[in-house]
Amino acid sequence: MAEALDYTDRPWLDPEAEPFIKVQSVSKHFGDFTAVDSVDLDIYKGELFCLLGGSGCGKSTLLRMLAGFETPSSGTILIDGQNMNDVPPYERPVNMMFQSYALFPHMTVWNNVAYGLRRDKVPKSEIQQRVDEMISMVELDQFAKRKPHQLSGGQKQRVALARALVKQPKVLLLDEPLGALDKRLREQTQYELMNIQEQLGVTFIVVTHDQEEAMTLSTRIAVMDTGRFQQIGTPTEIYEFPNSRVVANFIGNANMFEGRIIENGPDHVIVESNDPKCEFFVDHGMSIQEGTKVWVALRPEKVRISKESPANSSANTIRGMVHDIGYLGGTSTYRVQVDGDHMIEITSPNMMRPRDASPPIDWDEEVYLSWDASSSVVLTK
Amino acid sequence: MSTPAEEVVAIGEATLKDRILNRLTRLLQDQWKLLVLGIPYAWLLLFFLAPFFFVLKISLAETTIASPPYTPLVEWVDEGIMHVRVVIDNYAYLWEDDLYVNTYLNSLVISVTSTILCLLLGYPIAYAIVRSSHTVKHILLLLIILPFWTSFLLRVYAWMGLLADQGTINDLLIALGIIDEPIRMLYTTFAVYVGIVYTYVPFMILPLYANMEKLDWELLEAAADLGAKPMTTFFTITLPATSPGILAGSLLVFIPATGEYVIPDLLGGGNVLMIGRVLYNEFNANIDWPVASAVAIALLLLLVLPMMLYQHIQAKETENP
Repeated sequence: MAEALDYTDRPWLDPEAEPFIKVQSVSKHFGDFTAVDSVDLDIYKGELFCLLGGSGCGKSTLLRMLAGFETPSSGTILIDGQNMNDVPPYERPVNMMFQSYALFPHMTVWNNVAYGLRRDKVPKSEIQQRVDEMISMVELDQFAKRKPHQLSGGQKQRVALARALVKQPKVLLLDEPLGALDKRLREQTQYELMNIQEQLGVTFIVVTHDQEEAMTLSTRIAVMDTGRFQQIGTPTEIYEFPNSRVVANFIGNANMFEGRIIENGPDHVIVESNDPKCEFFVDHGMSIQEGTKVWVALRPEKVRISKESPANSSANTIRGMVHDIGYLGGTSTYRVQVDGDHMIEITSPNMMRPRDASPPIDWDEEVYLSWDASSSVVLTK
Repeated sequence: MSTPAEEVVAIGEATLKDRILNRLTRLLQDQWKLLVLGIPYAWLLLFFLAPFFFVLKISLAETTIASPPYTPLVEWVDEGIMHVRVVIDNYAYLWEDDLYVNTYLNSLVISVTSTILCLLLGYPIAYAIVRSSHTVKHILLLLIILPFWTSFLLRVYAWMGLLADQGTINDLLIALGIIDEPIRMLYTTFAVYVGIVYTYVPFMILPLYANMEKLDWELLEAAADLGAKPMTTFFTITLPATSPGILAGSLLVFIPATGEYVIPDLLGGGNVLMIGRVLYNEFNANIDWPVASAVAIALLLLLVLPMMLYQHIQAKETENP
């Protein structure tokens, strides 16, 4: 008997699921500048969706259009089936957590959190209860009477989150939510955010330029560049199966080789790169003509480094010399010079504890680099 | 190689030298601090506190026909015997005479009303300047400051020409056939309000502008995002956030407006009683320096006491909110 597919964690795969947010060919122009260029996007209920991209890629503009601070130049935005184009920010079922937090400086933490409920004319006793609950959820009970300027960065961030969540929005928009926190606090808060999201089941849309943040947080990521989506997919899809050089370079590190298809079999392709001289045997077929110019992306952690020549070495091997070693404790990063002055980056876990302090592979040593036929990604754009 | 003992000595010498140097620089720094703080204090002492004590001294004297026209505070009667005469009659006189009490009250009413009018007029102007584009902003600010380049007195005279019975405004209205007889504007309270608001509105706009420049506009977006309509956002966020500017501007208008002399004298004529005019008359027409000084001191107390009280409350609030 065929097992019924379970889409609860992956609603975007369910052909019958109705998207909660629909962005339909939305553009935004500022004068001559096109910030968002005719994008389409479906986001499902309960997702933690990341808009990832460098500065000026249009991610913040898209978020601001969802919040209602900017109106699309063309296209429509639907939230829960309702057209949002003419709905002002104060009537939308979304709340936003600002990058600067935008806490009201003249109000206490408690009043900041209560602000939204007061605007909705919620009964006093209910405000009291909901604000208290929310403040204890973000563990700020002792700080309820403080003013924002008396709080640390992490505490301010939690107030901003509580203030946006207390109204129980259908969608929470987060603009660089962890940007202003230091590394340690960021990692901790990241998991807190995920827990809260899971607990409340609110749809989160996060804007970030930090790929690590996007990878850990999200169910799906949209990589944005020059106002368009380059790729939309799960963190694994985007990292392991990037669809373009832009995506491969933006998410994680990649060694990029320019080459040509020299053999196209039904179950494999061979790419020849001239600069550096190297052959790639890739273990899947492609609907592509021989002779086509392609790029091969190779992730640093998918390359093996060894002093001895690997067995059956013809394709997927290259010789070089260690130029640099970055010892990071758990892993080491090697920069290996191959065929002239090309540098290939390799990350390798330090699984063995060396007998003495000298590294197993040293500077200026001859090494062989090799990788599996399934490791390299062939890109056509 | 040096032995450990030698090293210790070397370190000892180095620290001693460092210590002396440190001491010297600190001493110099202290001297600088003294100098830097001393100059403004000396200025305040010489030009504000000393004149204040002179006026206070005169206010406690009696008027005589002499030069200067008041009795001395301290007299040496005989060798080594000092005779101090303090007269508080002047203050009692201010309190007993309805003229002074009414004039004070009238001054307060006029300056409070003018301050409110300046705020109502200045707030939208400052807001518009802050929200306008970079180039327009500078032009608008220049226009606000422009009147200061002509004499204040000249500008008040210009208003006399505008408001007079045969003045520009009346002439224009008659020529247009809107009125048959000139409306009396000059030498009325209305003219005084026009003059004060016109003169002092830049003093309201500039601090408001400086305050609004610093306003975080994202706060307004945050309020809208949380469900506040534009009006609500204004009263719950914009107004409280700009209250320091409102206060600074209001004080800059209220304080000089209360003691204003030129505007009520030229535009109000004899019809509008304000404390500045009374003070002037006591000094120059009545040559009663002690009473005039008492008027001045009373005015100062009237203005300074509420301000000090306000600052006290403000300081307490910032300490433990």
